[in-house]
Amino acid sequence: MAQQQCHAPATAAQVEEAVAAAVAERRGLEIRGGGSKRLLRMPIEPAALLDMSGVSGITDYDPDELVLTARAGTPLVEIEAALGERQQMLAFEPFDHGPLFGAAPGRTTLGGIIAGNVSGSRRLSIGAARDHILGFTAVSGRGEALKGGGAVVKNVTGFDLPKLMTGSWGTLAVLITITMRVLPRPRTETTVLFRGLPDQAANRLMSAALALPAAVSAAAHLPSSESTAACSFTALRLEGFGPSVDARCRELLRALAPMSAGEVVTAQESNAFWRGMRTLDALPREGHVLWRISVPPALGWRVGESLASNGARYVYDWAGGLVWAAVPETALRSGGARIRAIARSLGGHAVLVRAPPALRESLLAGPPAVVDADQGLKVLHQRLKAAFDPQGILNPGVDLAGEL
Amino acid sequence: MSVRMPAPDPRTLASRASIVAAMRDIVPGEGVIDQTEELAPYESDALTAYAQRPLLVVLPETTEQICAILRWCNEHGVRVVPRGAGTSLSGGALPSQDGIVLALSRLRRILEIDYDNRTAVVQPGVTNLAVSQAVAARGFYYAPDPSSQIACTIGGNVAENSGGVHCLKYGMTAHNVLGLKMVLMSGEVIELGSKALDAPGYDLLGLAVGSEGLLGVVSEVTLRLLVKPQAAQAVLIGFTEVEPAARCVAEIIAHGIIPAGMEMMDRPAIHAAEDFLGVGYPRDVDALLIVEVDGPLQECRHLMELVTEIAALNGAATVRVSGSEDERLRFWAGRKAAFPAIGRISPDYYCIDGTIPRRCLPEMLKRMSGMAVRHGLRVANVFHAGDGNLHPLILYDANVPGELDRAEQFAADILRTCVAMGGVLTGEHGVGVEKRDLMGEMFNDVDLAHQERIKCVFDPAMLLNPGKVFPNLHRCAELGRMHVHQGMLPFPDIPRF
Repeated sequence: MAQQQCHAPATAAQVEEAVAAAVAERRGLEIRGGGSKRLLRMPIEPAALLDMSGVSGITDYDPDELVLTARAGTPLVEIEAALGERQQMLAFEPFDHGPLFGAAPGRTTLGGIIAGNVSGSRRLSIGAARDHILGFTAVSGRGEALKGGGAVVKNVTGFDLPKLMTGSWGTLAVLITITMRVLPRPRTETTVLFRGLPDQAANRLMSAALALPAAVSAAAHLPSSESTAACSFTALRLEGFGPSVDARCRELLRALAPMSAGEVVTAQESNAFWRGMRTLDALPREGHVLWRISVPPALGWRVGESLASNGARYVYDWAGGLVWAAVPETALRSGGARIRAIARSLGGHAVLVRAPPALRESLLAGPPAVVDADQGLKVLHQRLKAAFDPQGILNPGVDLAGEL
Repeated sequence: MSVRMPAPDPRTLASRASIVAAMRDIVPGEGVIDQTEELAPYESDALTAYAQRPLLVVLPETTEQICAILRWCNEHGVRVVPRGAGTSLSGGALPSQDGIVLALSRLRRILEIDYDNRTAVVQPGVTNLAVSQAVAARGFYYAPDPSSQIACTIGGNVAENSGGVHCLKYGMTAHNVLGLKMVLMSGEVIELGSKALDAPGYDLLGLAVGSEGLLGVVSEVTLRLLVKPQAAQAVLIGFTEVEPAARCVAEIIAHGIIPAGMEMMDRPAIHAAEDFLGVGYPRDVDALLIVEVDGPLQECRHLMELVTEIAALNGAATVRVSGSEDERLRFWAGRKAAFPAIGRISPDYYCIDGTIPRRCLPEMLKRMSGMAVRHGLRVANVFHAGDGNLHPLILYDANVPGELDRAEQFAADILRTCVAMGGVLTGEHGVGVEKRDLMGEMFNDVDLAHQERIKCVFDPAMLLNPGKVFPNLHRCAELGRMHVHQGMLPFPDIPRF
């Protein structure tokens, strides 16, 4: 295989040059930050590499204003360390995909987090990455430098380009700097655990908890599994100031007692549990394909029910709204189309996260997911791509319209 | 009215009768308004300085009718201005002389409430407050609470990405909308988002919310419902100077507290509100904070202790914690009545809406006093202090020749200063026609061309809500070809308005 041509810009001007040159030569560019999600959505057409890891560093952080600006290639760990010193955080709990692919942790960048709209367990209560981005600068596929949004929390000036960039997987523009809203880190956290609930009952318990004025910040369920012989865990996290967490915790235990008896774990155990959710510790890696299935929260258990016959293992986050499913490679064949159909029938969608390259294509194949009603949406996607990147320079082959 | 709009199409003006007939075919009965006197209420929204009689008004009752209206207008090149309750403060619903006003006030049904998924599906004409009222018995509410919530509609909230005094903690409309059904100018219906917490593809939902009626007409909205906090408590904190008040706001946040609301009023606003309602605001202070905390009783008590301690350390002249729900509501009544209170002391007022980094607040107030002298007009200030969102109220008299012009210049000066300080032109009221010609302060031609191309993706003939948001008049074909070199347009002499 021919060696991939590589650009390694260190400044915004160099990014602009690299994109402009690619536009002039009609040559594709694969945009890479830390590479932690490369296997999740790899360009499938030949492209030169645009390595953004050199466009790095926090450029502005004002804790009083709750605003942080960093270059796209800044590692998430660097941002979290700076925020941690001031007891602040990116509240949507972004995480590192690297370990899911067996790579070393710590490589994921802010640009990658935004490109993938990567949001963790607290997404349930406080929103996703797209709800916390305030502004950006970038170079579009036209080779033009542009900016969107602003550097203040409240802004409705013009179209919300920051949200459009979030989750666009580098197909519209190369992000250069990103401004995020940050929040104070909760002073304390605790988790209430319920043991032994079957999926449906656990799902119902999580819905009930979210209908209480307890401000549950995250709700997850790990089903029992024959291979680990462990019973199931349903976890509800409470965060905030000590007196408030204590009061809410008591109220939660009291109100849910008729459904199940909960127990309170230590802050340390709580922390470890939710860290494990970020890296999906409970799921097998070897020999398993990983899917991410998003459905209306109250219907999560039905995803599990449908997948169980496949020998799949799964965990529920977002009170059932997010199902991470590890499906044995051997149980596959027509598996991809089936999983997408299950998600769609429940009003959601499924994304293939990890699969061996040989299997990937066949899993993504199958009957088109698009039904007639979505045709208009698909056309809008194609036109948007053409508006920002008329020659298809950026991440060629990554086709979000194809995933509708 | 001094704002320039796209030139009316003489062919459309000439074929008014056939347009009325076509609309009557689609919306039978009284859903088409074409009598001059009945069109009058639609000439303006809440930015009454601008007025324009529309060609006619159509009031559809179903999504299908919206589709048919837009499809017909698209085929015949007729402009359309969507309208909710008409409470926009930026002229977002200002009609076009040659355009139909598509009023969505008859689509006012709550279609579904799903407590298990904590969502409500509503039609665009449902008022903001009606959503909270419909779910109150089960302990839920809809969080965004713009001051006009009794009247303003969810469709309008989506178009403008409306905020409110509680969005510091609970977010704007964009953070509380999970899905939309939207009709494009072509008449096609698309569905964005769902009850699931994310969707595949580009975030068109995020793009649609706050697009000021330029991309499509919303026909159904899936809202996120929240559980009502158990308790809420407010405190009035008075300062004899502005700087310590601003410092107090910063320190509350530095302590890790995100209050449910944190408002500031300056002396003229305090006096106007107190004269109007007599809610007990201190008169001998230059800045008054209203800080509200919510949650379980224990949390309110704990946070209120911290807040009052921080206030004392910053030299607050008065600190008064609400002792009852009644008193808390009274504290807010003064703030919420600030606009009518100003209306009592001035024949007209002009409400501005910029955002600045919070630390610039004292400097901004100083500069505003200078501007007031320069323009010979008075100004009163209410702020969403927690997020730096300013609402200066410029007092003027439209009957005095030149005063409206001066008020507009004063407003433009304030907004330019907001941008120069690192802020933005609008925090929650939208660009509309009001701030359209100031967009160049914040965005260069390349930035704007990228935004305008999105408009072209959704509405290539540019028929939907024309003349709003973008200061330049570009055709979509031209935008597609345009390469803007270092912020310089290739055709500097193209028509602009």
